[in-house]
Amino acid sequence: MQNQIGAPKQRLSLGDPRVRAWLFQIITIVAVVSLGWYLFNNTQTNLQHRGITSGFGFLERSAGFGIAQHLISYTESDSYARVFVIGLLNTLLVTFIGVILATILGFIVGVARLSSNWIISKLATVYVEVFRNIPPLLQILFWYFAVFLTMPGPRNSHNFGDTFFVSNRGLNMPAALVADGFWPFLASIVVAIVAIVLLNRWATKRFEETGVPFHKFWASLALFILIPALCCLMFGVPVHWEAPKLQGFNFIGGWVLIPELLALTLALTVYTAAFIAEIVRSGIKSVSHGQTEAAHSLGLRNGPTLRKVIIPQALRVIIPPLTSQYLNLAKNSSLAAGIGYPEMVSLFAGTVLNQTGQAIEVIAITMSVYLAISISISLLMNWYNKRIALIER
Amino acid sequence: MKMLKTTLAVVTAAAVLGVSGFAQAGATLDAVTKKGFVQCGVSDGLPGFSVPDSTGKIVGIDADVCRAVAAAVFGDATKVKFSQLNAKERFTALQSGEVDVLSRNTTWTSSRDSGMGLVFAGVTYYDGIGFLVNNKLGVKSAKELDGATICIQAGTTTELNVSDYFRGNGLKYTPITFDTSDESAKSLESGRCDVLTSDKSQLYAQRSKLASPNDYVVLPETISKEPLGPVVRKGDEEWFTIVKWTLFAMLNAEEMGVTSKNVEEQAKSTKNPDVARLLGTDGEYGKDLKLRKDWAVQIVKQVGNYGEIFEKNLGKSTPLAIDRGQNALWNNGGLQYAPPVR
Amino acid sequence: MTTHIFKPDMPAPKTSVGALGWMRAHLFSSWLNTLLTLFAVYLIFLVVPPLLHWAILDANWVGTTRADCTKEGACWVFIQQRFGQFMYGYYPPVLRWRVDLTVWLAVIGVAPLFIKRFPRKAIYGLCFLVIYPILAYTLLHGGMLGLDVVPTSQWGGLMLTLVIATVGIAGALPLGILLALGRRSKMPAIRVVCVTFIEFWRGVPLITVLFMSSVMLPLFLPEGMSFDKLLRALIGVIMFQSAYVAEVVRGGLQAIPKGQYEAAAAMGLGYWRSMGLVILPQALKLVIPGIVNTFIALFKDTSLVIIIGLFDLLNSVKQAAADPAWLGMATEGYVFAALVFWIFCFGMSRYSMHLERKLDTGHKR
Repeated sequence: MQNQIGAPKQRLSLGDPRVRAWLFQIITIVAVVSLGWYLFNNTQTNLQHRGITSGFGFLERSAGFGIAQHLISYTESDSYARVFVIGLLNTLLVTFIGVILATILGFIVGVARLSSNWIISKLATVYVEVFRNIPPLLQILFWYFAVFLTMPGPRNSHNFGDTFFVSNRGLNMPAALVADGFWPFLASIVVAIVAIVLLNRWATKRFEETGVPFHKFWASLALFILIPALCCLMFGVPVHWEAPKLQGFNFIGGWVLIPELLALTLALTVYTAAFIAEIVRSGIKSVSHGQTEAAHSLGLRNGPTLRKVIIPQALRVIIPPLTSQYLNLAKNSSLAAGIGYPEMVSLFAGTVLNQTGQAIEVIAITMSVYLAISISISLLMNWYNKRIALIER
Repeated sequence: MKMLKTTLAVVTAAAVLGVSGFAQAGATLDAVTKKGFVQCGVSDGLPGFSVPDSTGKIVGIDADVCRAVAAAVFGDATKVKFSQLNAKERFTALQSGEVDVLSRNTTWTSSRDSGMGLVFAGVTYYDGIGFLVNNKLGVKSAKELDGATICIQAGTTTELNVSDYFRGNGLKYTPITFDTSDESAKSLESGRCDVLTSDKSQLYAQRSKLASPNDYVVLPETISKEPLGPVVRKGDEEWFTIVKWTLFAMLNAEEMGVTSKNVEEQAKSTKNPDVARLLGTDGEYGKDLKLRKDWAVQIVKQVGNYGEIFEKNLGKSTPLAIDRGQNALWNNGGLQYAPPVR
Repeated sequence: MTTHIFKPDMPAPKTSVGALGWMRAHLFSSWLNTLLTLFAVYLIFLVVPPLLHWAILDANWVGTTRADCTKEGACWVFIQQRFGQFMYGYYPPVLRWRVDLTVWLAVIGVAPLFIKRFPRKAIYGLCFLVIYPILAYTLLHGGMLGLDVVPTSQWGGLMLTLVIATVGIAGALPLGILLALGRRSKMPAIRVVCVTFIEFWRGVPLITVLFMSSVMLPLFLPEGMSFDKLLRALIGVIMFQSAYVAEVVRGGLQAIPKGQYEAAAAMGLGYWRSMGLVILPQALKLVIPGIVNTFIALFKDTSLVIIIGLFDLLNSVKQAAADPAWLGMATEGYVFAALVFWIFCFGMSRYSMHLERKLDTGHKR
């Protein structure tokens, strides 16, 4: 019998896995699309039937309510769109500060857990076990209601050298106002940074060619201090400080960190740092002990061993889970709704939703913002992760 | 071909499901009669208006309005279930049909009456925004509040009205908004804010909940009009009329001197044609509303007339001790006025 | 012939053994360590004694009203008086035995699964998973077998927290497994649907999900069809949680060596049978610790239902602290709630670590 060269002519039957796969996919798509259509249709009917306004026209309308903290200028006659931006900026502010502080604290605690010092490592363990097992919302409420609101009022605030005041109105501190020397100062910092980069490049090149080391750190620091200092002497101070003064009900002038912001940032930092500490610990432990011994036998001391051998390798293990902790922090900032810090959820999905009654549009916008934040943080971290991963040879 | 089939299948399925999506909107009255109770949205705890007592029963003037509706529909004021809603949830709860009537110290405004698919059935309480401040501040008038930090409940008309007032008077303020009135009160007590602002009736209620109520005063100004009343969904005239006339029945009863004590006797033996029409002794006015003949009798008997429920929940005998003021009947110098039954 | 007799070992220097040696090695090995130790001791001195005084030594343990709290420390009387509310919410006091019974049934029902020699664990477990929820619902909600109905609006306290957490994870598990399988499917349409679903729920905060389920879900459904508030929250929690479970399960599926898939296919097993009989049993075993960790996260997240006005443990505490009769008890309340949450979460995390060690079958490559 001759071998058949062409494939046998197949009849379409349910026994064929490919047919089944197609069928299955078609059913799924049909189900998903019709579910979507069904929900869309219901919503449409409900909105029409009850005469609820829909569409995004409301964003143009004037908001008409005050907001406790806004990073950009805002008056009551501004639009809902601006309110949205303010909420977004407030969310980003908490996330930004929280990420930085939690990373610092988390690294310290993580390293402390591995310390040879018994009492320090035990303290770090207690810290981690206590704070990561208590819901973040509870921690926020605790810091806010039990700590910040029980501070004395502005008239009897804790006074730190007449410049910083801590009261139940928050942390009042001097504001930096732009003075004559501000722009030259800014320019001098740029110049200093450029000089440092050039110096470092030169030093690295020389080190690679001749093997002569150079005190990069100290030289850079000197440049960074000297150039702006010179500039200040020539053009005058860059900013002048405006200290807060007690007047009427509250402090006037200066900058204030409101207690809602402080409580939220503190709680999120403490909570997230506990997780970061665990990540850091397991990251460092994942680097085999042989690496430490090898570094020691090369004559590196403890400090450089940690900096140049252990941490670069540990970072590769640390970065991916660290990213998801950052994402969690961004998402947990929405818990501010519990204490009235005006961020996305409490300001936009709360107040604006209620004033306009347009639940669907408002929630859709809010969710897409969080999705966008999540996706951009993970993209950024993936990029960074790839960069470190490439160092591997 | 396959593509075509897929598309066809999708379209058919969508069409089938889509049609079922246009389920006929059943009239609220029918739905309520069928399930056997009125689902009523009330506040999350506001003394005098709607608050759970020690046994968990919701008491207050807003809750009594719902009971009156149940009495009118079923002849039984207990056939009502309450949903406690915060300011943010309340409208969606009503829009979505989760509650049949929202009686939750809600201010009647044009935007709520038009764009939100809601309609107000009347006014149970004429209110206005006021300020509660600590005596220690030495403030005597709202005009002295420049630079103050103000606690406000989120998602209320208060947020807008306070902003208007301060802008109008060229004053500055910092708003701190909370979801619940308890949080606002706690913040006032701790000194996070200088002023608590809300409807005046609520301020008295809030003050009664503070640790040392006497340290706080309500400033004399009333800076806005806040007519509070029950709300229903738009598009169901029948149900709207029932809720509206339940309220009017209570007002008319007070005006005519019909009380929960004497209503049955009056229904039997009244000579007054107005009373006879209200109580169903004369005419078929209940039937026109799709209610029973003695609907008003049941309301007054089981819940009381307007004056009675006001006194019981807000009046002098209660810790709130609120004056009738604007809420007196029109013939007593107040604003409460009900159209006649005829 | 001379025999060399070893001299007995000299004792180790006093400075390297015993308490002194230990301290030298672990507390004062360098000047930096000494400094750190002193700092830590100072920190402990700063925090512990006042805390001890507040929480135990100077605390008020007996009494019935706020007036009984005369000492400076914490007023635990408040917790004692409101304990019922914290545990059961507004569940009618005379019917609380039903909640207790539900919990005991769960404990008794689960116990055999921990007995090593118990026969037919899998079948028993499945039966339990089917029967128990029906039983629990009947007991808690009532309305059948002559039990009075307790509407979910009266549920609260720790009981509600547990209900949300357990129902959430129980509902999320099957959905999550399906999603994980879908994400690894070779069919592009299925994969896209699953990936989109998972990434969407993982990208948004639970609070907005709860908002959506409480505010928007009713608008999505046909008119007149309305769910109970608790049920709506549960739907949101299940959707949200299933995405996280899916990612954990996916990790397990990826850890199974490819040979297992090929072996299953070589034996002529179809997709579902090879998954059900070969892959999933191994993968799920691997991910049990991960699932316990997700459960811990969910347990902590249940506290968010406060935002949509359900009375879980945290909200009950908040509510009780707002009572004029117990003003100023917020700290005690929060500390109590924190302690309860902590005991549950810490216990579960220890259990998860124990499982991880026990189940480590060396599959990791």
